[in-house]
Amino acid sequence: MRPDFDDCFPLRVARVHEVCGAGATAFAAIAAAPAQGPVLWLREAWRGDMLNPLGLAPFIDPSRLLVARSANQTDSLAAAEEALRDGAIPFVVAQITRPLNLREGRRLQLAAGAGGTTGLCIIPENMGSNAAETRWRAVPILDDGRGDSTLMQWEIIKNKSGTIGAWHVRWDPEARGLHVVSPAGERPGPAGTPG
Amino acid sequence: MWFPRLASDRALRARPVEAPFALIVSRNNAERLACVNVAAESRGLWPGMNLADARAFCPDLVTRTGDPQGDRAFLVALRRWATRYCPWVGLDGTDGLVLDITGAAHLWGGEAAMLADMRARAARAGLTLRLGAGDTRGAAWALARHGEGIAPAGRPLAALAPLPVAGLRLDADMVMALQRLGLRRIGDLAGTARAPLARRFGPGLLMRLDQAMGEAAEPITPEADPVRYALRLNLPDPVGLLDDVMAAVGQLLGPLCDRLKAQETGARRLILTLRRVDQVSRQVELRLAAPMRETARILPLFERGIAEVDAGFGIDQIRLEATLVQPLPIQQIGSATATGSHDSQDGQDRLDDLMTRIGTRIGLENLLRFLPADSHIPERGFVAAAAAHSRAETGWSAPRPRPVILFPPEPVAASGARPPARFRWRRMIFATARATGPERIAPEWWLDDPAWRSGLRDYWRLETRQGRRLWLFHTPQDPGWFVQGEFA
Repeated sequence: MRPDFDDCFPLRVARVHEVCGAGATAFAAIAAAPAQGPVLWLREAWRGDMLNPLGLAPFIDPSRLLVARSANQTDSLAAAEEALRDGAIPFVVAQITRPLNLREGRRLQLAAGAGGTTGLCIIPENMGSNAAETRWRAVPILDDGRGDSTLMQWEIIKNKSGTIGAWHVRWDPEARGLHVVSPAGERPGPAGTPG
Repeated sequence: MWFPRLASDRALRARPVEAPFALIVSRNNAERLACVNVAAESRGLWPGMNLADARAFCPDLVTRTGDPQGDRAFLVALRRWATRYCPWVGLDGTDGLVLDITGAAHLWGGEAAMLADMRARAARAGLTLRLGAGDTRGAAWALARHGEGIAPAGRPLAALAPLPVAGLRLDADMVMALQRLGLRRIGDLAGTARAPLARRFGPGLLMRLDQAMGEAAEPITPEADPVRYALRLNLPDPVGLLDDVMAAVGQLLGPLCDRLKAQETGARRLILTLRRVDQVSRQVELRLAAPMRETARILPLFERGIAEVDAGFGIDQIRLEATLVQPLPIQQIGSATATGSHDSQDGQDRLDDLMTRIGTRIGLENLLRFLPADSHIPERGFVAAAAAHSRAETGWSAPRPRPVILFPPEPVAASGARPPARFRWRRMIFATARATGPERIAPEWWLDDPAWRSGLRDYWRLETRQGRRLWLFHTPQDPGWFVQGEFA
């Protein structure tokens, strides 16, 4: 049995989620878009790549973004915990470069629960923490039908309060909405194991 | 009060010199003496002299570079000191102070005793001081510069008559002209008919004379004390616990915030100095994301910094200073009609507090926000500005789809003007399924950007069979293919 996408996707508030894969940045932008107010995006200062607000503009208003450059992951996590607990910023995205241990993951969950905010960690592949509420893998896939596509496969590979599933989604920049394009039965590949 | 050797006295206070000493400044392309000490003056040196001439007169002259700004600051400090005699103190030129001692002299036992006290204190501080007192500012000025003394009340002419006319604050040309006419003393001038003098020298001379004689009013303009956003608390017993220090900081913060409120300013940066009993000071700096003056909001923000301080054997002095303040007008809050804006103001305050707390951890300048910029160069189409010092702006528009992630161009092995059908990037093999382009972007020739030295770029949006959508560009003037971004 597969869960309904609408049950999973607007990410559950007051929890911390994880996303990996090549489409993780777009996933984070789309997930943050419905929240009201600013979005804190934590990155480490040494990273060579940068977010392009012009590229993010179809997904989320770039003027809502607050980007924090931290010196290391400890600072990132401390700032993320502070922001999650405070509640003034409803959505916090943290780009993680090393796996979280149990204590760090749990502290983020508690902070999100206390502040009523949503956290999303962008993680490298296979670096998920046990405390995450859901873990997603977002990868762009080729859309044979049309150009300028934003077709992606979003796969939920861990779900603490539900089952896992996978969907093909397409972002509509005009309507600023997400369309699920494949029926649930056409899921490619073998089913993932619950995290 | 006249300090004839203010600059050199100040320099000699810092590093005493026994020999003839002078401060030099560079004026009119020549090194000139600005201020000389007594020993140098007795050897025939005078301020304004050429340094080369002075060295010829006096080969063992010790010189240092003058610091007019420092002297000015020193004079301002002396002005503050002089308020011990009377509350009404103004600056007079670059080396004098003018005190309105009306009603204050009797507190020191009369004018003579007051002047004696001034003289004694200045001598102890190593400052040369010349004093003059009189009914008018002009009389006191003349007496301080040309023969010290106290002009008798009501009859300034008695004291001023033997003084040279230069004592009337006239310019050098006028003094010279008066001397040519034989009017060398102020008494001579006062006895001359006024009408020819006014015709010959203009109203300035008579105005100065009247001011010295008390026939024309001349107010003293006291400098307003700059508001000092600093407070200090001495503790009878050293404290070491976090709660105790926080309570003490709270005690200082209350009056400081009152002062900020009275000036309609808000603190942007606060420095807390904790002095321990072993005379070691520890500083805690707090940089705020927005100007603030509410004790209840600022105090919790200090907690993290104070917790990191090693109290040693205890802290017995606490000093709190707002080193950067910004205007923060008083605003009406919570009116019935503006509840919506009140809520948003409240949310903004919470956000500012949160940004301050995160800023104390990672540095306030590392909290950025994106602002749109007017450039078609991909990496300059936006500006990342410090969020605490900028406001959110709208107006984002990209003419064509832009990648979500930009990175420094990474070369891929390909040739030709058309995008490669297969290529390797980051050790992965990609096959192109669809290529959209080219979009030609020319470098901004008015900016020399090393990354754009290779000239024009033809950007292609590549959708690969593997799924990833990449942003490649070809440089036709210096053939090569690079990956610069990724769409998601």
